This record gives sequence, C-alpha cells and structure tokens, in this order.
Amino acid sequence: MNARHTQFDVDRVRADFPILGREVYGKPLVYLDNAASAQKPLVVLERMTSFASQEFANVHRGVHFLSARATDAYEGARARVQAFLNARDTSEIVFTKGGTEAINLVAASFVAPILKPGDEIVLTVMEHHSNIVPWHLLRERHGAVLKWVDVGDDGSLDLNALEAAIGPRTRFLAITHMSNVLGTITPLEKIVALAHAKGVSVLADGCQGAVHEAVDVQALDIDFYVITGHKLYGPTGIGALYAKSAHLERMRPYQGGGEMIREVTRDSVTYADPPARFEAGTPPIIEAVGLARALEYLTALDRAAAHAHEQALYQQAREAVREFNWLRVIGDAPQKGAILSFECDGMHAHDIATILDRQGVAVRAGHHCAQVLMDRFGTVSTTRASFAFYNTMAEVDALVGALAKAREVLG
Amino acid sequence: MEDTLRELYQEVILDHSRHPRHFGSIADATHVAEGHNPLCGDRVKIYLKLAPTGAIEDIRFEGKGCAISQASASLMTDIVLGRSLEEAKQLMGGFLHLVKGEEVGQTLQPEDREQLDVMAGVSAFPMRVKCATLAWHTMNSALEGGAAVKSE
Repeated sequence: MNARHTQFDVDRVRADFPILGREVYGKPLVYLDNAASAQKPLVVLERMTSFASQEFANVHRGVHFLSARATDAYEGARARVQAFLNARDTSEIVFTKGGTEAINLVAASFVAPILKPGDEIVLTVMEHHSNIVPWHLLRERHGAVLKWVDVGDDGSLDLNALEAAIGPRTRFLAITHMSNVLGTITPLEKIVALAHAKGVSVLADGCQGAVHEAVDVQALDIDFYVITGHKLYGPTGIGALYAKSAHLERMRPYQGGGEMIREVTRDSVTYADPPARFEAGTPPIIEAVGLARALEYLTALDRAAAHAHEQALYQQAREAVREFNWLRVIGDAPQKGAILSFECDGMHAHDIATILDRQGVAVRAGHHCAQVLMDRFGTVSTTRASFAFYNTMAEVDALVGALAKAREVLG
Repeated sequence: MEDTLRELYQEVILDHSRHPRHFGSIADATHVAEGHNPLCGDRVKIYLKLAPTGAIEDIRFEGKGCAISQASASLMTDIVLGRSLEEAKQLMGGFLHLVKGEEVGQTLQPEDREQLDVMAGVSAFPMRVKCATLAWHTMNSALEGGAAVKSE
C-alpha cells in the first residue's frame, strides 16, 4: 500500500487538537506515542471547563439544582459509554479511574471469590502488566495458577494453543483485544465462543482495542470489557468496565465507601445495586463528562476512514523501515493495529528515543509494561511508534528520517 | 545534528559502550550488587574485590542497557580501580553533581574531572540521568553490602 492520500481529512482533524500545532526543541512535534496516551481535542477540554465552571456539584447527593445537573451529566456519560460499547443497559457500565482499576475490580470481586488453590487463570504472553499483575495477586493470595498462551514469531495468537490452555481447572480467561507492543488484534468473538464452550468467563483488555476497533459487547457475548479514557482522546483518571449484569449482580463490592451502600448501621451494611455498588466515593465526575465528549467526538468521525488512514500510516512506516537492514520489527501479525515496535542492531531503544526526541519525534522506548512479552522475544526493550488518526504521512517520513539520523549518530 | 546530541553521544561514550572496559565477573569478589532500572529494564551487576588495605583491587561489571548506562559503568570501573573506598565515594559524589548539571566544585580532582567530563553532556537530558547513575549507585550498594538497587 502506498496511498499517501487517504479519504480521511487529516488536516481538518489536526486542527481539533491544539497540542499538535506546537514545537519541541524548535521542531514541529511529531507525536507517535499514542498507545501510551492520546492527545485531547479542544472540544473535550472545553467541555470539561464548561462543566466545571457552570454545572459542577457532587453527584447523586444533593437535591439542589447543580447536583441534579451534575448527576445528569455523569449518568449521561455512562449512557455514552454504553452506546460506545453497545452494552444492553447503562447499569452494565462501571466507571473506574482507568483500565487498571477495572481489571483489579474484576479480579477481586468476580474471580477471587470463585477460586480454589490450584485453579487456573489463562493469559497470553502479550498482556500489559495491568492485565498480568492483578492475576499475580490472585496467585499469591489464593493459590491461583497462571497459564500462559504463547504468540507466534510474528506476534499472532494461536487459537489452538489458547483452546488447549483452557482446561478443567480454568476459571477465567483474561486477554488483550489489541497488544500495546505488537499491535496484534485478537479475534475476540471466536475466543469468547471457545471459552464459553468450556464454561469459562472472559475479560478483554480493550485499552488499545477500543481506540481502533468498533466494539459490540453484545455481539461478542463477552463477560467483561475494559476501556480507559486517556487513550480514547479523553482525560486521565477515568476508565470504564463493561460487565454483564448477571455478573455484576452477584459480585461483591470492590471498595467500601460512600455512594455504594443501601444502608449502614453499627452492625451491618447492605450494598447498592450495580453499578453504584462498584463506585465507592465521589467518582471522577469531570473526567467522566470529558470522556463522554471524547467518545462523542470519536463516533462523529468517519471511523472506517479514520481506521483506513491509520492503517495506511502504519503500512507506509512498515514498508519504509524495510530499507533498514539493522532494524527488526517485532509484531507482524496479519490482523494488527497501527503500532510499529522494533529493535535495532547495536542501538538501544532509549538512545534511539532520545535522538528521535531531539528531532521532535515522540516515541516510546522500554518494555512497555510488557516484560513477559519482552522475554518472549528475547529482549528487554523496544522502540515503539504508535499512530493515531491525526498523524500524517509527512510524520511517517519524519520518523523514518529521524531513525536514519539515529543510525548516523549511534551506528 | 544538534550539538547537545553530539555531546551526549560523543565518540568516547560510544567507544566505551561498544567496547566496555572491565566487562565480566570476578570469581572471588568480596562485594557484589545488582542494579536495575525498572522503567526501562536496564540491568547492571557490579563485582568488586577489595584488598586488605581497603583499596579496590579489582572491579568488573556485567549488564545490558543503553549506551549511556554501559559507557558510564565502563568509565566508572576505569576510574575507581585502585582507589580507596573514600576516594570512590568522593568520585561518586562528584560524578552525580556532574551529570545533574550541579556545581562540581572541589568534589573532583582536576584529572578525574577531565576523565569524567565526557559524561557531562547527560545533564542536558534530565530523563537520562538515571541511566548514567545506575552503575555508581550499584557500586555504592555493593560497598555498603546492600541488596539490589533500583534507579528510577
């Protein structure tokens, strides 16, 4: 593919993101660290400001005007997330402070109570630490056994290996929708079907996947799906857990505090229905409103065209680096998102990232919170360029040029 | 190419990182410590053999990491070899000032300053200071009989 012009009007969307117009070290910013966190369109920032300056109060508490307005906005945000994931009901959406908290919530409130020592949790080697460490905690505390599903050398998932890993003692399957390092997209519908056939519930970490792929939790029939706001062009400090209501209803609370109770006495406590049961304390209200605006922005785009544009950016970069015989791409699965991770002969990722940075090109270097995956590929760190719909072909050229310069300095 | 980059990745640094001095282990080491940077996964292991007088009779390192961390470890082994513990600690103090862009003052002797000055370019890259200091902190930990070092 070498279509340098796609159907997507990238100049128009770039104008929506003030930060993309800035310079770093006197050079135009080329922001290719979107998988770590995406930039925010002005409409999100403006919505958060207008909400905080004109409509803000605590939610679900007061009878006064502003409390009602804020509650409407907060619950409206929940409805926006419900629509984004096509959940059946708003009560299936629990706001969290991010993807990490959502996964920890499921580990503590759904999985831990059903575990007996020796029971198994199945994971893949390409999980982010946020979808590994909560399960390690269950290993430490409840004697769970973690079973790992490998990926192929191209980073693709072997469904047969996944199916084989699910045994009679498997209680749960936690899997990424899209690897934050390899870009690999997992076939969730098939995965859920084969797990359900063995009576195993499935959580998908959608922190990357939901940014690039349309998600329909009902069509997937998935049990739990996790998103985070800041990668979806929204604010930090907000994420959401989708869970089937049948699960939420029988899950015990995660944290205790205000807002999650029905009644508290000296001797007893009864809990609110979901989702309030899982939202102890004052929630991130302004952030939820910001996330809703971000989702509104995202869904108003032509997402198919945006997706095609991201894929074209990726292909352009992928083809260009074939010229560099000193560079090895990690992650070449047939189904993958717009993430380019690579290693370079004799050049450490941090040194490369520093040199790119001084040319205005922001990439990530390191283990990407995926040390199990680094180990799988026999490395400790990679350099990663991750693309968003607001990136341009000229920025791909800047990346490639900056890499050539890194070679010149370090080679 | 920008001057600060050239200064950071000058030939001496690249040479040390490609051909590290005193790379390896010491079978009869008296002090050993491992350092780890959890943010980037870089690791270094420092082996020291102290003479009965307390001087550093031998020092070696093993590790995997960026050019800055490897060059810094290599330079460190060069400069502390044969020194007393007090001198090694004094050198570390001076080195930390140097890479953080702080006043070095009298903490480094002129000839030591000259030798370590190739690392001064790091001060223009605050995100990379931890790469340069990992080996030194790890050596310090080994000398103090400490456990693993984390440089964050």
